Amino acid sequence: MKRYSAFAVAREALRNHMGWERAWASPEPKKKYDVIIIGAGGHGLATAYYLGKNFGITNVAVLEKGWLGGGNTGRNTTIIRSNYLQDPSAAMYEKSRSLYETLSQDLNYNIMYSPRGVIMLAQTEHEVRGYKRTAHANALQGVTTEFISPQRVKEIVPIINLDGPRYPVLGGLWQARAGTARHDAVAWGFARACSDMGMDIIQKCEVTGISREGGRVTGVTTNRGDIACDKLGIVVAGHSGHLADMAGFRLPIESVSLQALVSEPIKPCMDCVVMANTVHGYMSQSDKGEMVIGGGTDGYNNYTQRGAFHHIEETVRALVETFPMISRLKMLRQWGGIVDVTGDRSPILSKTPVEGVFINCGWGTGGFKATPGSGWGFAELMAKGHSPLCNEFGLNRFKEGRFIDESVAAGVAH
Amino acid sequence: MLILTCPCCGVTAEETEFHGGGEAHITRFGPGSSEDDFHGYLFEKVNPKGVHFERWRHNNGCGKWFHAARCTVTLEVFGTYSAQTTEPPQDIKDKISAKRPGWSWREFA
Repeated sequence: MKRYSAFAVAREALRNHMGWERAWASPEPKKKYDVIIIGAGGHGLATAYYLGKNFGITNVAVLEKGWLGGGNTGRNTTIIRSNYLQDPSAAMYEKSRSLYETLSQDLNYNIMYSPRGVIMLAQTEHEVRGYKRTAHANALQGVTTEFISPQRVKEIVPIINLDGPRYPVLGGLWQARAGTARHDAVAWGFARACSDMGMDIIQKCEVTGISREGGRVTGVTTNRGDIACDKLGIVVAGHSGHLADMAGFRLPIESVSLQALVSEPIKPCMDCVVMANTVHGYMSQSDKGEMVIGGGTDGYNNYTQRGAFHHIEETVRALVETFPMISRLKMLRQWGGIVDVTGDRSPILSKTPVEGVFINCGWGTGGFKATPGSGWGFAELMAKGHSPLCNEFGLNRFKEGRFIDESVAAGVAH
Repeated sequence: MLILTCPCCGVTAEETEFHGGGEAHITRFGPGSSEDDFHGYLFEKVNPKGVHFERWRHNNGCGKWFHAARCTVTLEVFGTYSAQTTEPPQDIKDKISAKRPGWSWREFA
């Protein structure tokens, strides 16, 4: 792999950009791999990357039924933060956020990590108390956050309206080193690094069956033939239940559509991310100038990647009160992704009833921010059979009643 | 956007008039049941990609609960029926079979 650098840009500028090579190879599948990862989204590719980087396991295939990063990786609102209430979540998301800080250098690929800061608005007395509690918890967890006054919110976000009749701003939970990154680049950067280590990323390869022998996984059936493996990692977000069904077990997961929308591009007006959980909307401005708005999940199971129309109205109606200037904006695009939601709104990184099959799912409405941390922990789990980062996120926690109750902490989409 | 017909009051309306209540036909296990049964009842969802049976409530209308048979991929509604039953009625199953031959959901097919 040729390294990307300022020198490379200058060199290619002098020879009509003829020397750029493909970022990753598209090989035919081999007959057997040590590890197969199903799903070439951010989490699957990150898992493969850290399997190679941290554990030297490079005989790995990453299978993808569509195109690389075409699922939720390419559909989220790119927010990265780690201001969670519960210790296991804070550890996982803070690990992830800290990996994002240097990910561009690690991958030699500019993922455009922008630690522009995230404010979670407190718009009810209940939220004020909740976020103060989270700020205290974060202090103990080593996550730098603070509870800030409405005046400070106004300084950071001049376009905000503090005195909304229905949703006044009473304060906010501020994480200065949280921010955004380019979501596609995260997938592309991991894919390029994986391909460079000799791993096979096989797109348009849909898994249609999982072969087992004596309670142990032996391989997968795909539309491009049978492929054998010793270990199998299922990292498919919304389709986790579908894949678990093939492997013969059920998950405590329901799949719903979560949607987002972007406005027409405008001049820079907001240089941080604002989340308003009471009204169920969040907004940031992309580098192109579009206001990126996250909406709500549908109220019923579905696999449509579309989202119900009335949620757009609910989200935008609420945001217009807090940001009056967006009432004049036209919306350009709207889309949805299928998110896998667990009962406690926390992910599952776990062994499964089938020996050799591991599952990484349940990230629900907030998986992008966890991409490198999830890959880091899940790779350790697959390589060594246990991982401190993943310990609390086992599948058995539901049976044992050890929930990681983040639906209380975040209330809504996170 | 879903269009549902409430079998209790006969009103046909779009989804904002209703509220989804999750998977239907769940066998409820209580005290005295095995841990596996109780865990299965609470957490193990079918979450199918395709034919699904759900509970719905007409909460901005007559307020009553009913069941709906629906496709989670196309959002097609095969039909709605009374909640006072432990399995989908035969006419609903026939409608699904006509459109999704070979379907199955838990013990129904």
